[in-house]
This record gives sequence, C-alpha cells and structure tokens, in this order.
Amino acid sequence: MSEPRIMLTAMAINEAMDIAMGLDDKVFLLGEDIAEPSGGVYKVTNGLSTKYGAQRVRKTPISEQAIIGAAIGAAIAGFRPVAEIMIMDFLAVCLDQVTNHAAKIRYMSGGQTTVPMVIRTSAGAGRGFGAQHSELLEAFAIHSPGMKVAVPSTPADAKGLLLTAIFDDDPVLFVEQMMMYWDKTYAGDVPEGDVRVPFGKAAIRREGADVTLISYGRQMYDCLAAAELLAVDGVSCEVIDLRTLVPWDEQAVMASVAGTSRAVVVHEAVTRCGFGAELSSRIHEELFGQLSAAVQRVGGANTPVPYASNLEAAFVPQVADIVAAVKRTNS
Amino acid sequence: MADVQRPDAPDRDTLLRMFEIQSRIKLCDERFRMMLMSGQIQLIYYSPRGQECISAGWGVHLRPDDYVVTIYRGLHDHLAKGVPLRELWAEFLGRATGTCKGKGGPMHITHPASGLMVTTGIVGAGIPIANGFGLAAQLNGTDQVTVVNFGDGASNIGAFHEGMNLAAVWKLPVVFVCQNNLYGEHTPMSMSTGVDYISERAAAYGMPGVTVDGNDPIATWKVMGEAIARARAGGGPTLVEARTYRFFGHLMGDAMEYMPKEERKAAMAADPVVRYRVWLVDNGHASEAQLAEMEEQLTAAIDDAVEFALNSPQPELSELYTDVFGDVAMEGTTR
Ligand SMILES: Cc1ncc(C[n+]2csc(CCOP(=O)(O)OP(=O)(O)O)c2C)c(N)n1
Ligand SMILES: [Mg+2]
Repeated sequence: MSEPRIMLTAMAINEAMDIAMGLDDKVFLLGEDIAEPSGGVYKVTNGLSTKYGAQRVRKTPISEQAIIGAAIGAAIAGFRPVAEIMIMDFLAVCLDQVTNHAAKIRYMSGGQTTVPMVIRTSAGAGRGFGAQHSELLEAFAIHSPGMKVAVPSTPADAKGLLLTAIFDDDPVLFVEQMMMYWDKTYAGDVPEGDVRVPFGKAAIRREGADVTLISYGRQMYDCLAAAELLAVDGVSCEVIDLRTLVPWDEQAVMASVAGTSRAVVVHEAVTRCGFGAELSSRIHEELFGQLSAAVQRVGGANTPVPYASNLEAAFVPQVADIVAAVKRTNS
Repeated sequence: MADVQRPDAPDRDTLLRMFEIQSRIKLCDERFRMMLMSGQIQLIYYSPRGQECISAGWGVHLRPDDYVVTIYRGLHDHLAKGVPLRELWAEFLGRATGTCKGKGGPMHITHPASGLMVTTGIVGAGIPIANGFGLAAQLNGTDQVTVVNFGDGASNIGAFHEGMNLAAVWKLPVVFVCQNNLYGEHTPMSMSTGVDYISERAAAYGMPGVTVDGNDPIATWKVMGEAIARARAGGGPTLVEARTYRFFGHLMGDAMEYMPKEERKAAMAADPVVRYRVWLVDNGHASEAQLAEMEEQLTAAIDDAVEFALNSPQPELSELYTDVFGDVAMEGTTR
C-alpha cells in the first residue's frame, strides 16, 4: 500500500483540471481572474495558466453570459470547456445560457448537437459575504432537464467527480463549497492519476440501522457529527452522501430507508423547494407504508443569507438541527 | 436600380446563386403563409419575407464548414446556409423526419451537417454562443467563420454587449449580422434604441461597424464579403447592420396596427427580390426564361418537401424521453 496523499479540496480540484488538460487538448478553462499571476480568487486554478498557457486557461471580462455562451458554442464544436462562475449567486446573471441553452440544446436538436461543458462554481455561507455571495442554488440546475449536477464532499470525490464531469458528454454544474477549499478539516486522501468517480453512485459514509441521513457536500460532515452524538444515545444512523444530484442514486437511498424506516434529508440550500423536498417526496411515494415517521428536512432558513455572524450561523443548518430532526422521527 | 449597371457587382454565377437563395426563401415563405391561411397547417410562424437579400448576401460567401447561428425568424438563414428543404419542412411541421426529429421546431432548427448550429428563441442569446464557435475555430487553427444573425431589438439586450466585447477582446472570427427590420415585436426602433444606426455601437467595442442597405443585394454581398474575409484572415469580428423591412409583421396573424400602412405599402412595392429579378434580366445577367425555370425547379422542390413533410409521421411518444442526456434514461423515472 502506498502512503496516503492527503490533499486539500482546492488542490484536488486543481489536480483534476490539470490531469484533464494533460489528457485531452480539447479541454480548456475560462473564467474571471483564473490565470496567473493570481491563479483565481480562491487560487483553485493556481499554476494552470503557467503550465498550459493563456490560450487554454483564458481570463475573461466580467461577462457571465459571454463566458457560458462561449463555452456552449465551443462545446458544440467539439471542445470540453470548463467555465468558472466565481460565485454561485452570479449564476443568476447567466441563467438563460444555462437553462435555455446548455441544458436544452441536446434535446432541441434531437441529439444532433451536445454540450459537453462544466460550470464550476463556488458557493456557501459561513464567511460573512452576505446575501449575494453565499447561496447554494443547485435547485436552479436540478429543475432544468438536461443539466447534471455534482456536489462533492471529499477531496477524492472533488477530483474524481470533476474528471467525470469534464469527460461527460452533457453539461454539468459542479458545485464547490468555498468553506472547504483550504480548510484542513476537509482534507483527505486522494488517489493519484486519472481516477474518476461515477455519477449517480452514492457513498455510504457510515452504516447504521435506525435512521438514514441523506446529504451532499459539506453537510455530510455535519451528518457524521450528528450520527456520532446520536450513537451515544443508542441511535444508529446511516449516512448517505449523494455526490451527484442529477442523476441521483435513488436505489441506494430507497434500499437504506427501506431498512431503517426513517429518513432525514440535509442540505445548506434554502429548505423550501430545495432538493430535500424532492428527496422527501420520492421517499414518501416509494416507501410510504414502510415508514415509521414522516421524512424530516433540514436545510437553510427560508430567508436570504444574513450578514451578522450570529444570524448567518442561524441560517445554516447545524449539527444540533440534524440531531433534533432525527429525534422527531423517533417520537 | 432596375436599369443601372453595377460595377461593384460580383460575377454572374454569384449573382444567380444569390437569386436562387432569395427565391428559395420567398417561395418557401409564400407556401408557408398560403398553407397557414388555408388552415392546412398550424404553427407559430415568423415570416422572413423582405429580408431575403441579407441571408443571400452572406450565404454565397460561406463554406459548408462555416457556422451560422440564428433566431426564431430564421427560415431565410436556414435556407441560405443550405439546410435541406425536406428536413426543414418536416421539422417546421413537427415530424419525426425533421432536422431535429420534430423535437426542436422552427424556433430551434439545427443542422450541423449544413453548419446551421443553433437557432434560439431567446432574443440576443445566440450572440455569446456564436463566440464559442469562433473560439473553437481559433483554437483549432482553422479559418472557419461564424455568422450570427439577430434583430435590431436584440441589440438592446445585455447578451449583445457582453458578446460583442468578448469577440473584440479575443479577436474572434465572428460576423455579427444585425438584420434591422425597424421593429422589435410591436415597437419601432426609434422607441427602443438610442442611436440612429446600430452599427455605431461597434465603436464602443473596438470593432468595425457598417450599415448597409439590406435590400440591395449587391451592396449587401460586398459588405458581407469584406466582413467574412476579415474574419477568415484573422482580422477579428465585424458588426454589420443590414437595413430592411418585415413585410408581415412580427408573426403570422399580427394585425400590424402599429405599422403605418403607407410605410409597409412602400416597402412591399419595393420588394427587393422582385427588384433584383428585374435588374438581372434588364442587365443581361439572366434571361427571363432562365429565372422562370429556376423558380419552377424551386417550386417543384418545395412541392416535394411539403409532401414529404405531410406524409411523415409525428415522432414516437418514446422520443419525449430521449436526448435529455447522453447516458441517463428518463423514461419512467423521476430522475
Ligand atoms: C429575452 C427575450 N425577451 C423577449 C422575447 C419576446 N420577443 C420575441 S421576438 C421579440 C422582438 C425582437 O425583435 P428583433 O430583435 O428586432 O427581431 P425581429 O423579430 O424583428 O426579427 C421579442 C420581444 C424573447 N423571445 N426573448
Ligand atoms: Mg426587428
């Protein structure tokens, strides 16, 4: 066995792009400030423009529609662009290109043209950025047939899912949580080389018998922490990390909940009409008669993300919220 | 222009190819409107009648491997890029044999084999996408050119600004063709646009801008040729504003009460296709019989396409679920 390669999330993402660009000269990056000397506002693309040149790591004007549009056209013409939208809230200014074009073009053309591109974007509350730089908006893309959506929780998944996304023939929204980029808490072992993680395959992060916690991205860690606390009380939690939301691993979720008869869905996005609503609904449709309790949702407050640190913390779902939700399924 | 010699005119072959494209558009449009009015077919139809010379003007300059992006009012552009009549008609009628298996419709005609890459129903949205085709050609080191067509109204949407700027910054081989028919839906340009000539806006992006009489096929041919040649040679993008007129309003059934009757009458009296036809004959570029024969052949080809489309089935219901993704099945799932 080789030594573990402990990496931070940002470095794992960088490595995926590096490998993809090395493998296929049709892969190129475009986005605001992604090139050297700064290497991106979060330094996620650090070093890549030096290694691959300004033609393949393209700094753009502050023009999100132009970025996504150029990626779409180039993708149809045979490239595999990786477009960066600096912060997920800015998807709103180019949503037409995402939902009306990237997502629909394969369908509208009857399969003649495909759009193999990735939109990488960073998201999430917790850094005092306020309402316009903190949201998780994966539901935008999930609600747009034709878009795939990945939200990794570990550095290994961040790398492996991004490699899969880049070489997938459909457009993928790839959500990176900025809190995780350079925080050692989220560091992990990352396999060397071109190791891809398939879409639509959930990971069971902890096995358990009494209740299933279903999550993705950073909240997966809160689920694990909640499971640890609940174990002390004798409640055994299974933790499922979806990894991709379109497609999502319905089979793994249903199999687990069929066994535990209780489920809690957890994400940072605003609870109302978040992906948790779909998960909850599907579990009820499939397993209604077998459930011991209604599926519980834990998500962001139904508010914009506030600035003051106490309010921001109150917006984001916490471990205690997950514990409380699990207890509701037991009462 | 009827009896005026034009020293700026191209060779006879090009003149006749332009006429062929214009006539193909005009005859197709006439057939669509006739069949719509008689109730034989039903669809939302945006007539391109009046704008034929513009598409023909770039059409004769482009190669099959050049890219074209256009809009819902796109029939003229589809035909000028060489989308085959049968598949085009079948797609307009929502048939399985259409360019997009009946799943895109007139607003989304796509035929990569002809280089017709994207047709969008979102005003202005084709502009940023065209840059992507230009970028692909630039990165591949080919000399393919992309022509993107849009209306005067589209020049007021944000995507226009972002797309024009990026094309200039990256020196992309893209020709931006603003088909200025003086109206966006029911609003005259004077009420929506702060400049007299949309081509003036090119200066703001650092690219050449030129306004041409889009009803003058020869002037249009010349301007398009210069812009396309510049793009092909690596000289970057151009904004071409081709002035024209929509003969039949925004879409079929439009009462056109917002268009002054006299204005429309005058535009139709100066029908550019009819004028060009007269000019060709009067100046000895073609005989009346030659043009009539061309029109007959086109009519026969349209007859054939209409019959083909009408006799084609609608898509199988299972097609509802295909082409959403390359590899994830949708049928019977909620994924
Ligand atoms: C983003 C967007 N806004 C509004 C519409 C509705 N709409 C369709 S065509 C049109 C007018 C566009 O005018 P112009 O760009 O001049 O093109 P023309 O129809 O004259 O060819 C409008 C407002 C649309 N399709 N897309
Ligand atoms: Mg117009």
